[in-house]
Amino acid sequence: MASFVFKNAHIVDPVSGLDTVKDIHVTDDVIAGIGDNLSPAGADVIDLAGAHIVPGLCDMHVHFREPGFEHKEDIRSGAASAAAGGFTAAACMPNTDPVIDTASVVAFIYDRAKGLPVDVYPIAAITKGRKGESIAPMVELREAGAVGFSDDGSPVHNTKLLRTALEYGSMFDVPIIQHAEDPHLFTGGAMNESVVSTELGLPAISRLSEDAVVARDLMFTEYVGGRYHLAHMSTIGAAEAVRSAKARGLKVTSEVAPHHFSLTDEEVRSYDSNVKMNPPLRRMDDVIAMKEALKDGTADAIATDHAPHAGFEKEVEFVYAPFGIIGLETAVGLSVTELLLENWLTLPQLVEKLSTNPRRILGLPEIRIAEGAKANLSFLDISAQWKVDVNLFQSKSRNSPYHGRTLTGRALGIYNNGQLVLQR
Amino acid sequence: MSSLSIQHLLGLQNVPKEDIALILDSTDSFLEILERPIKKVPTLQGKTVVNLFFENSTRTRISFELAERRLSADVVNFAASSSSVKKGETLLDTARNIEAMKVDMVVMRHSAAGAGHFLSERCTSKFINAGDGAHEHPTQALLDMCTIRQKHGTLEGLNVCIIGDIAHSRVARSNIYGLLSMGANVAVCGPPSMFPYDLEKLGVRMFTDIDQALQFSDVINVLRIQLERDAGAAFPSLREYHNAFGITRRRLDALGRDITVLHPGPINRGVEIESEVADGPYSVILPQVTNGVAIRMAVLFLIGTRAE
Repeated sequence: MASFVFKNAHIVDPVSGLDTVKDIHVTDDVIAGIGDNLSPAGADVIDLAGAHIVPGLCDMHVHFREPGFEHKEDIRSGAASAAAGGFTAAACMPNTDPVIDTASVVAFIYDRAKGLPVDVYPIAAITKGRKGESIAPMVELREAGAVGFSDDGSPVHNTKLLRTALEYGSMFDVPIIQHAEDPHLFTGGAMNESVVSTELGLPAISRLSEDAVVARDLMFTEYVGGRYHLAHMSTIGAAEAVRSAKARGLKVTSEVAPHHFSLTDEEVRSYDSNVKMNPPLRRMDDVIAMKEALKDGTADAIATDHAPHAGFEKEVEFVYAPFGIIGLETAVGLSVTELLLENWLTLPQLVEKLSTNPRRILGLPEIRIAEGAKANLSFLDISAQWKVDVNLFQSKSRNSPYHGRTLTGRALGIYNNGQLVLQR
Repeated sequence: MSSLSIQHLLGLQNVPKEDIALILDSTDSFLEILERPIKKVPTLQGKTVVNLFFENSTRTRISFELAERRLSADVVNFAASSSSVKKGETLLDTARNIEAMKVDMVVMRHSAAGAGHFLSERCTSKFINAGDGAHEHPTQALLDMCTIRQKHGTLEGLNVCIIGDIAHSRVARSNIYGLLSMGANVAVCGPPSMFPYDLEKLGVRMFTDIDQALQFSDVINVLRIQLERDAGAAFPSLREYHNAFGITRRRLDALGRDITVLHPGPINRGVEIESEVADGPYSVILPQVTNGVAIRMAVLFLIGTRAE
């Protein structure tokens, strides 16, 4: 039987309202006690003085590449990367091979994740094969355990299909997650359209490509109902559209990736493909709009869009490089550095964006730090300064633009499923 | 003679004015060599230059090759169609393999913007960009500036208008950067669907009326309308383009003054430029080609002999 006492940590739980320094005693996957000077017999003592214990973080948007692209990442390495980044849960996108569009692939994901300290939840495709032609068997997928539906990597562009997906999907309390992009405006784009793309001569993706699809999708959501979640929101226009939809009472949620609140398209001047992702890095006014959206609740969640690619795939000409960067192991550092220290969010609010809200959006059980509750905990040191070194990452891939950057705040470890993972 | 501050010639953006002036000034002595019966000097004897062309090119490659041979460099030509690229080798592997054969300089043309920038940071050779996607084509802009200077004596204060598909043109970008840094006033003209986003932030004027653009200009640089590109997307037809933006003798004569006409070639007669203009008194198209060899000799010399 696993038995640990986490001593002297500052517990912050926005759900139970806890904001205090206490010890936590866990046995297997249950919180056995919370109190002062706990010293149960036989428990291993972990001194976490100066650190915070928060409800287990959940990244609702990752690519674990299994099945099909295990040279980039697999469920085991992805989960290890999540744990190193302080996450106890991750929802993986269905752009695998085969695509997550049958119950057997959903079951395969759960099977591969069995026994890991990180819970891995599959998001299933909206359309068969992610081809955008006809909807996938959503009832079967939901019964098998899919926590959401998305064609992520591609938009659902056909308006008839979008309507059908929203209507059919409204049978379940899980979201239709849209990768908002107009394929006609996107063609061949490699970076944000701005004066930088003009100077660099790179094919560009305009903000219109995202704005137009979000505006349209929200009209559909308003008309037919359904739950709509906007993945990797990146533009001022999308944020304004979501804000106004929420004000009108629509069942709309959104997420922002750390790179969209921390980097601008000026980075592309390096032609380093580790700053190439989709949606692309935008302008500074978009970056500020993402922070404002997180602050005022327009953006519900911080999700990394963790997208591993092998070095040989990324180390090519910018336009030929695949989109995406890994994000699990820098998410806490970037959130603390960019949002907490700059006073956009308080620590309880940050925990909501990284744990409470993404779990609620995906219909996952609520995590509470309370006696008798499931022990699902993340340990954070929000004052630690550290230098990002991609060579120390647990992910199989190294495609991060933050290598060498000094961040404040890092994960010390997690406790989940009766397993302790500590960084050293 | 002074030397360049830049180690590679990847583009003209952010290249100091002094470097551009040095290249232009050095070109005169190479032009003189081209007039000799024996057009060869030993300047780059013992140096090996690889022409790494991942995109089709006839004139630029020949111009570079002549420049290299006239400087007595050992020249190797690499064309993507006959290479391992077709077998799926990455650009970096190709470059490193060639470099392992001990070359000194690489002249590269590639369809991807930033390809030269990418390789120059990962290899030890000196790189000269012979065109990278829609990014830059610095030696073309240098030969354009050289040709303008020959006729007008200076670039300072001259009004130069670039006409055509600015969004997809590396020639336009290199000319904009080079001309602005040499003190010229730069404008562009074409349908707005062919202007890249926020172009005015580069400090250029924009015309959509060709006659107003001609009124403004001492010099026009007429870009090739790329027939092979999906041109239909940005304008309805070649006929309409010609009628609205084509450079005709009638339009130029109506100015009642001299104007200098450049074209980077190859020209589409009857599309962006009329034969009467291309072959007529305003045109400096053939001197551009001659200057191209001299400019490339100057660049190869200055980059190739630059002390580390």
